[in-house]
Amino acid sequence: MTRRLSARAGAPGARILGFGDYRPRRIVTNEEISQRVDTDDEWIRTRVGIAERRFAGDDESVVDMSVAAAGKALATSGVLAQDIDTVIVATCTPPAPIPGLAPEVAHRLGIASAGAFDLNAACAGFCYGLASAADAIRSGSSQNALVIGAEKLTDWTDQDDRGTCIIFGDGAGAAVVTATDSPGIGPVVWGSDGEKSRAISVADRSSFMEMDGRAVYRWATTQLADSAHRACKLAGVDISDIDVFVPHQANLRIVDSMVRTLKLRDDVAVARDIVTSGNTSSASIPLALTAMIERGEVKTGDTALLLGFGAGLTFAGQVIICP
Amino acid sequence: MATTEEIQSGLAEILEEVAGVLPADATPEKSFTEDLDVDSLSMVEIATAVEDKFGVAIPDDELANISTVGDAVSFIEKNQS
Repeated sequence: MTRRLSARAGAPGARILGFGDYRPRRIVTNEEISQRVDTDDEWIRTRVGIAERRFAGDDESVVDMSVAAAGKALATSGVLAQDIDTVIVATCTPPAPIPGLAPEVAHRLGIASAGAFDLNAACAGFCYGLASAADAIRSGSSQNALVIGAEKLTDWTDQDDRGTCIIFGDGAGAAVVTATDSPGIGPVVWGSDGEKSRAISVADRSSFMEMDGRAVYRWATTQLADSAHRACKLAGVDISDIDVFVPHQANLRIVDSMVRTLKLRDDVAVARDIVTSGNTSSASIPLALTAMIERGEVKTGDTALLLGFGAGLTFAGQVIICP
Repeated sequence: MATTEEIQSGLAEILEEVAGVLPADATPEKSFTEDLDVDSLSMVEIATAVEDKFGVAIPDDELANISTVGDAVSFIEKNQS
């Protein structure tokens, strides 16, 4: 007879207790970019909706930014570093593949021997990380988890390529997730389309990022609405119950197109952090949410729909209750 | 099957909705990018709207070959089923 192993009892659900962000010091305006490449403020604003973005300096590594954002999320949530048992760093721009960044991030935060790993689902990374943390909590593997999205995309961007250099920025965002009796993170709807793996890619270690903007735009504006609706359905909410919509900040036109397609309520708070942050891949969703909470646009208990999508191609979406 | 005139006016409606092009300006010889100021992402939106309206899919590689309003009309005409 096959031996049957015992399972751990998990919590009924997981919930986010607080968000935090780190925005690099240096602001790069469209003016500054147009001094280097042939473009201008109006062109950039109409094509992608970006006015400025942040570029991380030498003393603002992916680990540095992760530690800063996570420290802020811990402070906001009131959870002690020593009570964190799982650290997930979603990133597609680590300076090197070995070692993963999460163990060092945990160490620098004073978290001893946490389960720690990096996760690469590109711009969908934060939503994948959040789902992984929630599932780890529901299965009993974790009680309190840190989910971080952190990127230094400028390391991999050709600053002379006006197709990409106007879009990408740097930054980090983080969330503290905890076990709870009343679930505040809905089931994830995730998926991928590896046939389009070259749509956004870095060919090798000496290359910069290349992107087929048209293919990504078409995919994002036509294929993802159904997943967003399914995420709502699985969480037991109607699309009209959504108070806050936080899609990955890829392009303001994609955000606006999604708002139209999803038929959200007119008074929904929509994340448009891309205007001042650019596209920060896995960091974009927690960066946007932290700012919206700080500005008072998002209130405790609001129902938010998160939708990450990007290189892979990958996507993931879930409904959360805002802390 | 839509007639050439129906395709032309349907496309003009899409152009107005997606890119704010006045229907009177959407004449066959006009270039989307040069004359009507329609950028590459708006072209994708137009392609999606064409698919919804006429049931004709315009993949990205075909889209790259369509430069004028007339090109789009004849592509739709040729590919509608």
